[in-house]
Amino acid sequence: MNLHGVKAIYLFEMARTWRTLMQSIASPVISTSLYFVVFGSAIGSRMVEIDGISYGAFIIPGLIMLMLLNESISNASFGIYMPKFTGTIYEVLSAPISPLEIVAGYVGAAASKSIILGLLILATSRLFVDFSIAHPVAMIGFLALTAVTFSLFGFIIGVWADGFEKLQIIPMMIVTPLTFLGGTFYSVNMLPPVWQTVTLFNPVVYLVSGFRWSFYGVADVHLAVSLGMTLVFMLVCVGLITWIFKTGYRLRT
Amino acid sequence: MSDIIAIDGLSKTYESGFTALRDVNLHIRKGEIFALLGPNGAGKTTLISIVCGIVNPGPGTVLVDGCDIRRDYRAARSRIGLVPQELSTDAFETVWATVNFSRGLFGKPADPAYVEKVLRDLSLWDKRKDKIMALSGGMKRRVMIAKALAHEPAILFLDEPTAGVDVELRRDMWNLVRGLRERGVTIILTTHYIEEAEEMADRVGVISGGEIILVEHTRTLMEKLGRKELRLQLAAPLEAIPAGLSDLNLVLEGDGHELVYGFDARHDQADVAGLLRRLGEQGIEFRDLRTRESSLEDIFVDLVHNRRTGD
Repeated sequence: MNLHGVKAIYLFEMARTWRTLMQSIASPVISTSLYFVVFGSAIGSRMVEIDGISYGAFIIPGLIMLMLLNESISNASFGIYMPKFTGTIYEVLSAPISPLEIVAGYVGAAASKSIILGLLILATSRLFVDFSIAHPVAMIGFLALTAVTFSLFGFIIGVWADGFEKLQIIPMMIVTPLTFLGGTFYSVNMLPPVWQTVTLFNPVVYLVSGFRWSFYGVADVHLAVSLGMTLVFMLVCVGLITWIFKTGYRLRT
Repeated sequence: MSDIIAIDGLSKTYESGFTALRDVNLHIRKGEIFALLGPNGAGKTTLISIVCGIVNPGPGTVLVDGCDIRRDYRAARSRIGLVPQELSTDAFETVWATVNFSRGLFGKPADPAYVEKVLRDLSLWDKRKDKIMALSGGMKRRVMIAKALAHEPAILFLDEPTAGVDVELRRDMWNLVRGLRERGVTIILTTHYIEEAEEMADRVGVISGGEIILVEHTRTLMEKLGRKELRLQLAAPLEAIPAGLSDLNLVLEGDGHELVYGFDARHDQADVAGLLRRLGEQGIEFRDLRTRESSLEDIFVDLVHNRRTGD
């Protein structure tokens, strides 16, 4: 096991975060705070409670999840794409390091950043809304599981992308719409029956629902289903990454 | 001297269908400086990239210090340092950070004293806190070498290390290469500056069309395939080679004012003495004479040309 190698990649990626503190940390925190101001305080004050939870508090898990998905994908895809773009990937490929260790370094760093951001946003939201966390251990667990899963997904996008445009396509065109339509700002139960059924095909619903359960003990879908769906998506990503390293897809010719 | 790299029957065909290597057999000896020469597209970089793990190998075996690059890739790669042709660097990192990153990536614990030595050897110590983007091209090239040496490799691949660098850096680089060889590091280099290979390399390999067409000691190669030339400036022009000298390898140039005598580098100067005596007997006088020995570059060009034309 090349632990020094994993550590080198991890610290290298984290160093980029500290170097670009404004872009990496401050920007997502500020933009999520704006959501709280607009949806939580301004509009939320005129909304009725959902499942006995004030609207401002209700959207907290969804907003954290919105940021978590985007940042996990963005951090991990950028992390592996940049060495490909600059050509420094030769060093990683020629190092005595296994695919698992490479992924642990890049995905570990991307997930760490997302988790730090998630916790920062959680702390920031406290400034705007009063809330409590019913299952803090489960909340951290969901946060970590989602961050790792979507960092794996981001790693796949970073390997697949052959231009900066492609790095943005999937987060912008698929993930963000799915997150907005995945119960971030509303309960699935508020939708007409037909749309409730359609919504269940959106994987983000399960993430938001599970995460919201850890806060308030209420969920749109059963906790086990949320957890199961997240794990299934994670396994799909692991399978794809295994295939990437086995074939050398867009990494080794 | 034992082999540190043993390549046997290695072929490589890319997905595009292009065959870059054909049944390559090449053994590099421990501690030597080996120059791999070949025209553009000959397969040099593919060969190096396969040994280093950047390109998937095709059929055949590659052993690095006895370790198979597929089965025992960790052990094989940990012995190798690579300086690629392209200046691929992390622009926003400092010199110190990027060299330490390379050391860690190759599984070595931090050793600030060793990294300091590498940076001092490469005249980079004063630049250690600078971001790479602020360095000149030559300095970036030094950083690439420092990164390759950061994990104390037993084998160093230098792919066109002096391409586009100034004279001073080139001299420093070769001094460094000599120093590394003295410490037992095996060096494999590709270069377009064939005179450098002639001066530096213990052995030379020539690759063309994906095949190794020759591996030889540099000195032996020069002796075997090198040619000498004697050029005589004639006092009076000749219309043709006199019949009495037709058995010699003579050519008239410069409208009959210059007589060129080509002979094998292995032959001794007696041939020249014999020619001069026979010229005197024929009443041919000359005003000046000079000799020229073919360089490794001439030999290389001949070899590749003959290969292409099927001679």
